[in-house]
Amino acid sequence: MLRAALSLLALSLAGAAEEPTQKPESPGEPPPGLELFRWQWHEVEAPYLVALWILVASLAKIAPRVQAGLLDFLLFGSLISAVDPVAVLAVFEEVHVNETLFIIVFGESLLNDAVTVVLYKVCNSFVEMGSANVQATDYLKGVASLFVVSLGGAAVGLVFAFLLALTTRFTKRVRIIEPLLVFLLAYAAYLTAEMASLSAILAVTMCGLGCKKYVEANISHKSRTTVKYTMKTLASCAETVIFMLLGISAVDSSKWAWDSGLVLGTLIFILFFRALGVVLQTWVLNQFRLVPLDKIDQVVMSYGGLRGAVAFALVILLDRTKVPAKDYFVATTIVVVFFTVIVQGLTIKPLVKWLKVKRSEHHKPTLNQELHEHTFDHILAAVEDVVGHHGYHYWRDRWEQFDKKYLSQLLMRRSAYRIRDQIWDVYYRLNIRDAISFVDQGGHVLSSTGLTLPSMPSRNSVAETSVTNLLRESGSGACLDLQVIDTVRSGRDREDAVMHHLLCGGLYKPRRRYKASCSRHFISEDAQERQDKEVFQQNMKRRLESFKSTKHNICFTKSKPRPRKTGRRKKDGVANAEATNGKPRDLGFQDTAAVILTVESEEEDEESDSSETEKEDDEGIIFVARATSEVLQEGKVSGNLEVCPSPRIIPPSPTCAEKELPWKSGQGDLAVYVSSETTKIVPVDMQTGWNQSISSLESLASPPCNQAPILTCLPPHPRGAEEPQAPLHLPSDPRPSFAFPPSLAKAGRSRSESSADLPQQQELQPLMGHKDHTHLSPGTTTSHWCIQFNRGSRL
Amino acid sequence: MGSRSSHAAVIPDADSIRRETGFSQASLLRLHHRFRALDRNKKGYLSRMDLQQIGALAVNPLGDRIIESFFPDGSQQVDFPGFVRVLAHFRPVEDEDTETQDPKKPEPLNSRRNKLHYAFQLYDLDGDGKISRHEMLQVLRLMVGVQVTEEQLENIADRTVQEADEDGDGAVSFVEFTKSLEKMDVEQKMSIRILK
Repeated sequence: MLRAALSLLALSLAGAAEEPTQKPESPGEPPPGLELFRWQWHEVEAPYLVALWILVASLAKIAPRVQAGLLDFLLFGSLISAVDPVAVLAVFEEVHVNETLFIIVFGESLLNDAVTVVLYKVCNSFVEMGSANVQATDYLKGVASLFVVSLGGAAVGLVFAFLLALTTRFTKRVRIIEPLLVFLLAYAAYLTAEMASLSAILAVTMCGLGCKKYVEANISHKSRTTVKYTMKTLASCAETVIFMLLGISAVDSSKWAWDSGLVLGTLIFILFFRALGVVLQTWVLNQFRLVPLDKIDQVVMSYGGLRGAVAFALVILLDRTKVPAKDYFVATTIVVVFFTVIVQGLTIKPLVKWLKVKRSEHHKPTLNQELHEHTFDHILAAVEDVVGHHGYHYWRDRWEQFDKKYLSQLLMRRSAYRIRDQIWDVYYRLNIRDAISFVDQGGHVLSSTGLTLPSMPSRNSVAETSVTNLLRESGSGACLDLQVIDTVRSGRDREDAVMHHLLCGGLYKPRRRYKASCSRHFISEDAQERQDKEVFQQNMKRRLESFKSTKHNICFTKSKPRPRKTGRRKKDGVANAEATNGKPRDLGFQDTAAVILTVESEEEDEESDSSETEKEDDEGIIFVARATSEVLQEGKVSGNLEVCPSPRIIPPSPTCAEKELPWKSGQGDLAVYVSSETTKIVPVDMQTGWNQSISSLESLASPPCNQAPILTCLPPHPRGAEEPQAPLHLPSDPRPSFAFPPSLAKAGRSRSESSADLPQQQELQPLMGHKDHTHLSPGTTTSHWCIQFNRGSRL
Repeated sequence: MGSRSSHAAVIPDADSIRRETGFSQASLLRLHHRFRALDRNKKGYLSRMDLQQIGALAVNPLGDRIIESFFPDGSQQVDFPGFVRVLAHFRPVEDEDTETQDPKKPEPLNSRRNKLHYAFQLYDLDGDGKISRHEMLQVLRLMVGVQVTEEQLENIADRTVQEADEDGDGAVSFVEFTKSLEKMDVEQKMSIRILK
C-alpha cells in the first residue's frame, strides 16, 4: 500500500520534475497538455531510481545485515541518483563531444541539483518523522517544494546577476575590484540561496548565466583573465580536496560497513535504470525536437552519468541515529563514485570514438558563416511570423530585441555596448589573426594603409580579443597597434620598413609590458596606450625613412618566439634569441638595437654544430635582410605620416649607435621582456647552424602566405668564407642608400673574431646584389644575411 | 484547428501541392488556415499589404526582402500554392526524402540546395545571380547592429566578398556561396520544425 503510494509519488515527481527553461514555448499546437518542453536539458531520472530502491528494498531483505526501511532506501536513492557536474565536466572536457550532447549531460548535472536537494531534504525529513507519520499532504508539500527550491534558487541567482552586471558597469576607474565583485557577488548568491534553503547550485549557475554577457563586456581583459583562472584554480583545489576526502574515507574502515548485496545491486541498477530513464525521456523529448536525439546520443547520455562528490557529501551528512544503515550507504556510495568516475570516466573516451559520436568541430570563424548565420536566424524568425507560429526563433528574436533595447543599455557600459556585435567580432578576430600570421612569417612591418580608423574600438573597451593579448597568447613577439592593422591586402602590405630605421628606431626606448611596480589600486593601462601610440609613431617614422632611402630593402622580422624551439637552445644562436623571446613580448617595432641579418647558406643539411653562442641576458631580434625590388621601387608612403625629425637616421658612425645602446642596458630592470639588445656577431662557423635554424624556424613558423607575398631577395652570395674582408656589394641599382661603412661587411664575415670584437659595426650592410627574387616560402633555401650585433655592454 | 471547415476538399489542388512541396496533410491544413487568416478581405490571394500587416515582420531587418520573395516575377499577388511553395523551403529535411530520390523528379523544395538558393535570392536583389559587393554591403548594414562607420562596413563587406569569392570577379556566385557555407548545417538552420 505504501509502495503504491510511493510509486504514485514517483510518477508525480516525474511529471513535476521539470526544470525551468529559458525558452518556453507556448503549447498552441497539438499534442495538448504537456508544457515546458523544447528545452535541451535532460530531465533527472531520479524517479526511476526511486523505483530502483523499491526493488532494492525488497532485495535487501535478503541480506539481513542492512536494516533499513523503505524510506531509508528512498533517501539513499535520492542521493545516489544525482549526476555530478564536476565529474561530468572533467570527463567531457576531454572527450569533446558535439555541443548538443555536452549541453544535455552537463546541463542535467547542473540543474538536477534542485531535484537532488529537494528529494534529499524531503526524504530526510520523512525519515526523521518516521514512516508512520507521513501523510498525504506531506507528499504534496514535497512536490511543491521542488518548484519553490528550484525556481527560487534560480531567481536568487538572477537577482545577483543583475546586481553584478549593474555594478560592473561603473567600475571603469577602479578596475582592480572587478574580480572581487564577481567572486563576492557570486558567492553571495550561493550563501543567500543556502540561507533560504533553496538550491544553491542553481543560484550560482543562474548568476553566471545571467551576467556573463554584460560582465564580460564591462570588465577589463585582465579582470576577465583573473576571474577565469582563479575560478579554475579554486575549482581544481576544491575538487581535489573532495576526492581526497573520498579516498581517505575509503581507507578508513571505521566509517563504513560493507555489504556485497547492496553494493552490487546498486551498481547494476544505477546503470540499468539510468539507461531506462534516458530512453524513455528521450522518446518524449524527440516529439518536440527538430533534430531528434538518436541512439548513439542516448548511449553517451546514459553512460556519461557520473556520480561524484555531491553524492558523497550528502551521504556523509546522514544522521546515524536516524538512519542506522548509514555505514552501508557510505560504503556503497564510495564504491559507486569510484566506479563511475574511474571506470566510466576512463572508458567513455574510447566509447565515444568507437561509436563515432559527432565531435565538436572547431572551425575557423569566417565572416561569411557568421553573417549568414545571422541572416538565417532572421529569415527563420520572419518565416515563423508568416506561418503564425511562435516558435523557437520567434521567442529568441523577441528576447534579443528586449535585451538590446533595455537590458544591454542598462547593464552594459556605453563604450562596450557600442561595439558588441558578433559580425564585428569575427571581423576583428580575423584581422588580428591575419596580422599575427603576417608578422610571424617574417613579414613586413605592418603598415596601415588606412590610418584613419579612429573609431576602431579602443583596446580598453574591446572584449577578449585585444590585439596584444591575442598576440601574447599566440606567442608572437610583436606588438601591433590596432590602428596599424589592416585587412590583408596583397599590394599594400608589401611596404617594408627599412632596416636602418630599425636600428635607429631600435634606439627608441623599448617598452616594458609590465611595470615593475604597480600600485595597489591601479593597473595603469595608460602605459599601454602610450606605448601603442609610440609604436604607431615609430611605424610612421619608419615609413618616412623608407621613403627617403629605399635602397636598403631590409626588412626585419621579429624574432619569432617559438616555444618549441627552446629545445634547441643549446645549438643555435638563434634559439638563444628565441628562448628569451619565448615570452611574448611587446617589442613594438621600436626596439632593436640588435640587428641580426641572417645569413643562410644554400646547403641546409649541415649540421648545426655551431658552438653555442654565449648566452645573453637580453633577447635579440632577428632581422632578416632581404631585398625586394618592389620595395626598392616603392617609394610611396601613405599620406599621413608624421614627419618626425630623424636625427637618428642611421648613425653614420658606429659609435653613435653604440652610444645609444648603453642607455638601454642601463635601463634598470628590464623586466620580463624587453628587449632587444643582444647582438653578437655570429662567427662564421656558426652561421650554418644559424642558417639552418632560421630556415627551419621559418618553415615551421610561417604558413605559406599567398596573400601577402613577401618577396625576398635572396642574394645567393657565397658565404663570407670566401670573402672575408670584401666589402659587401652595394645593390646594383643606383639608389639612395645609407652609407653603411664597408667595414661592416667584415663584421658579417669575420669568423675568427669573437663577437666581442666587432660591436662597432652596428649598422646593417646593404644588401648584396639581388640576383633573384623569390618568395620566402617555408623551407626554401634562401640566403639571408645574418649578422648579429653585439650589445653595448659587451664592449 | 477548431470547427472551421478544414478538410482537404477546401484546398484547391491539394494533392498536387502536396506532391510538389512534400507537406503533410496536417501541415497543409495549418498553412491554409493561416493563409485565410492573413487574407483579411477574403480575396483569395495575398498582397504585399497583407503580409506587411504581420507585426513582427516589420521589425525584422530582412522582413521586406522576405515579403518580396513571396512575389516572384514582380507579381502583385500570391495565391495559396505560391504561398506554400515559398514556405516549403523551410520544411525540415527528412531522411526519407534523400533516400527515395527519384533521379527524374526535380529536387524537392526543401533540399539543401534549394534552401541555399532561397537565401541567396534574398541577398541578390537585382537577380543577376551574383551577390555583388554592393549588395553584400547592404545586407551587412542591416545585420551589423552597432554603430559601425561606413568605412568599416565597407571593409567588412570587402572582406566577406573576398573570402567567398574564388574566381576573383568581385562577386559571390551561387556556387561560391554554397561553398562558403559547406561547413554550416544548413538543413538545420533553415528549417522550422512545425512545418514537418
